[in-house]
Amino acid sequence: MTEPVLSRNFDRPEARTLAGYQAGGGYEALRKALGLGPEGIAAEVKKANLRGLGGAGFPTATKWGFIPAKRTGPVYLVVNADEGEPGTFKDRYILERDPHALIEGMLISAFAIGCHTSFIYIRGEYVEPWRIFSEAVRAAEAAGLVGANILGSGFDHRIIVHRGAGAYICGEETGLISSLEGKKGWPKVKPPFPAIKGAFGQPTVVNNVETLAAVPPIVTRGGEWFAGLGSKTQGGTRLYSVSGHVARPGVYEASVAITLRALIEQAGGVANGRRLKAVVPGGSSAPLLRADEIDVTMDVDGLRNAGTMAGSAGVVVMDETTCIPDALHVVARFYAHESCGQCTPCRECTGWIYKITGRILAGKGVPQDPDTIVDVARRGTGSTICAFYDGAIGPYISYVEKFRAEFDHHIRHGACDVRPTPARRVGTH
Amino acid sequence: MPKLTIDGQSVEVPAGTNLIETARRLGIEVPHYCYHPGLPIAGACRLCMVDLEKAPRPTIACNTQAADGMVVMTQTPRVLELRRSVMEWHLINHPLDCPVCDQAGECWLQIYYMQHGLYEPRMIDDKVHKPKAVPIGPHVMLDAERCILCSRCVRFCDTITKTGELGIFNRGDHSELGLFPGTTLDNAYSGNVVDICPVGALTDRDFRFQARVWYLDRGKSVCPGCARGCNIEVHTNTKRAHHAQGRRVVRLKPRFNAAVNQWWICDEGRYGFGEVDAPSRIERPELREGGTARTLTWEEAVAAVADGLRAAGPEGTGVLLSSRMSNEDLWLARRLFGDTLGVVHADFRVPPRTPGSEDDLLRVADKTPNRRGAELIGWGRAGAANGRHVLEAARAGRLRLLWVFDHDLLDSGWPRAEVDEALARVEGVVFQGPNANETSARAHVVLPSAAWVEREGTWTNVAGRVQRFWRAVLPRGDARPDWEILGAVARALGHDWPGRRAAGVFDDLAARVPAFAGMSYRTLGDEGADVVPPAEGRPIDARGVAP
Repeated sequence: MTEPVLSRNFDRPEARTLAGYQAGGGYEALRKALGLGPEGIAAEVKKANLRGLGGAGFPTATKWGFIPAKRTGPVYLVVNADEGEPGTFKDRYILERDPHALIEGMLISAFAIGCHTSFIYIRGEYVEPWRIFSEAVRAAEAAGLVGANILGSGFDHRIIVHRGAGAYICGEETGLISSLEGKKGWPKVKPPFPAIKGAFGQPTVVNNVETLAAVPPIVTRGGEWFAGLGSKTQGGTRLYSVSGHVARPGVYEASVAITLRALIEQAGGVANGRRLKAVVPGGSSAPLLRADEIDVTMDVDGLRNAGTMAGSAGVVVMDETTCIPDALHVVARFYAHESCGQCTPCRECTGWIYKITGRILAGKGVPQDPDTIVDVARRGTGSTICAFYDGAIGPYISYVEKFRAEFDHHIRHGACDVRPTPARRVGTH
Repeated sequence: MPKLTIDGQSVEVPAGTNLIETARRLGIEVPHYCYHPGLPIAGACRLCMVDLEKAPRPTIACNTQAADGMVVMTQTPRVLELRRSVMEWHLINHPLDCPVCDQAGECWLQIYYMQHGLYEPRMIDDKVHKPKAVPIGPHVMLDAERCILCSRCVRFCDTITKTGELGIFNRGDHSELGLFPGTTLDNAYSGNVVDICPVGALTDRDFRFQARVWYLDRGKSVCPGCARGCNIEVHTNTKRAHHAQGRRVVRLKPRFNAAVNQWWICDEGRYGFGEVDAPSRIERPELREGGTARTLTWEEAVAAVADGLRAAGPEGTGVLLSSRMSNEDLWLARRLFGDTLGVVHADFRVPPRTPGSEDDLLRVADKTPNRRGAELIGWGRAGAANGRHVLEAARAGRLRLLWVFDHDLLDSGWPRAEVDEALARVEGVVFQGPNANETSARAHVVLPSAAWVEREGTWTNVAGRVQRFWRAVLPRGDARPDWEILGAVARALGHDWPGRRAAGVFDDLAARVPAFAGMSYRTLGDEGADVVPPAEGRPIDARGVAP
């Protein structure tokens, strides 16, 4: 077991309170950071090899570096707490169990990029996390940790808590910004990128909850220490949401360099003595890995080299009883339902592919269906405004290509070879 | 000015020009739906993909600005393949109801499918169904199934009219264009959404099912609806007389003019062409005596009016010209009534009963197209607010002949009783205009004018831009352009000037009125030219005109 970093307070209920958090050394990192100065903080984060933990895995220090040095208006930090990737539930733990760690991370990061107002966009369904986090913000304000002249440093910062209204697309950073601005949550056409023209037209950094929560330990113990916890190109540990057919589903903290096999074993292995069939390693958008492909490290580059992605570290384990066409249908329904509809390839093809998978499950598939799914998906790669559709393409192609025989069986026999009858009624999303 | 190459041809464009516009300068069309030069970039249709040298994948041309040294390719295999794919995706949920769709024949789904699609359809599942034939305003019908969600109409209402009636609701392939609750699409420019809709989603309620567009002819013109002079196209149906209830003019469309109306026109102007084919059209010259009406030949009519003018003399003649008349009409009127006959009681200004609507986009309160032209040519008595002095002269019994051009004095801003009295006291009332009205009913001689779509000429708009309009259909009956009638009357009185065609009359005007100096009918071209501002030329005053 690795030493807990991000989950260090998860089992200390008192850490939710300001006093409890401070008793564990909380807000000391902030004090140290204010002394280090913005460049000093950025240097540690760079040394730490911290990469975005929301999904894209982009180096955090580099992202901060995109904020133009010459500017006239304010800079905003926006915290992406719209955790919506299917199979992912780790940010919720931070919001609920260690809210001050996030606040401290926000304050340090805001100080590093010269930001005096930050927004946190919390997923609408996360009512309890929102309540707990808001309470923590109020406590921090009351203690002078958020507000004017923080810890006598002359640094002012306020935090605005904003709740989403239940759209997956509002987790896409520019969709989130549109929604935050009071508009329909449509991703924005890039360029301009948020670092140049983001929230309310100002330079903006959008960081994930977990990414920011990793900043205080980096400041406290140094970037090199954090980098040493991970792989060559990505530092640290991260929180894995492990779900599906494992004995002990839940949130696990481990090094980013852990193998998928070891992680599944930590979660108790496949439940009920069944055999492993497939694993989604990084949230629903990550291409599927077969049981023989799980000897990979879970860092961004390790999984990219394996043809999939680290994503949000939502690990979904499927055992031998899983019907892959049915699993794809579930995923396809999600993307068809959540596509914002703004641009054509995603709007039209998510719905189309959902209909095809539904027809296959209903026993009305035609032989060319699997090829159509793969061809349509492949043609659309990289053709849209945001990464949503590329995320949908991952499962479309990998489920079909890696388990082609199951699709063909459904089409040929009108029934499943894994389960006796289709378990799901086929309808519209 | 960035210099770049597109498909091997080099081009230089102003900084900030996007790749669609840059390619257009080379005659290369990058297909697109959501991009419109008058609206903000949406980047939504994904059709305008082009390849940039060294770029990993094609990118959208609408949101890419030309940059120095850029190498753009619009015809690479992967671009062509992507266009085909995007066409397929645009069409998978499209109802393909072209046979009953008004847009057929001018639909960019049809055009681009033929140019860039031509794939074998693969979609065998049920399409998404949405509301059809929904009237969303007085002029616009929505078919949400045909909509490709390009959001041009939404952006038009958000950024041009700033009325924001339209939105795209719901998500994914259930996304649907619609009205925000409690609104209707009734802004003063709503018809423009039909023009910019690239498909059959928004159709014109007035034009719907009236004619197939491939039977229509198109003529260039200028809107006569107000003093703005928006450039338009007149779409006429003469090949299928049984269509559109026999109407010859079936619709007006804006014609781009950067200096006047850009891409837009208002609804008042767009739907204001009804009089052209109305039953009220006057088709033959007519003489009314003692309660009977007799059709005249033009020779008889011209002779009758000439006799009347001779008998009435300059003191006894009243003339109410109209700013609906062209510069050529008003110039010949000036030659005849002003410079030759020396008519004292002449003007063109009859106030409307109710003030016209106006706004800061296009509409001007003056609902006639040529007030500025009339003024520059020297009409309008100095010091008088309008042409009331002509009316007063008639009421006072000083006029033996009153020649009214295209006004309904009885439906004007002047008190009806006074107009009534004036008309009763004049021995001979001549009415000249395209349509009959209450005033024409009181006239002794009625002369049929060709309507604006039946003739050519120029108008000078509120900003002093002189613009040509063209003939789109033949005159009804025996109607003639006003300047032709005036010329015939002048010749009957023994006077003649250069110009047997509109061009000649205009060039004569340009040679003699300083504001029009340097212009010629031919060089006005499609977009017109600005009059010489008073500061640059001599003072604009009728007295200052060379004889």
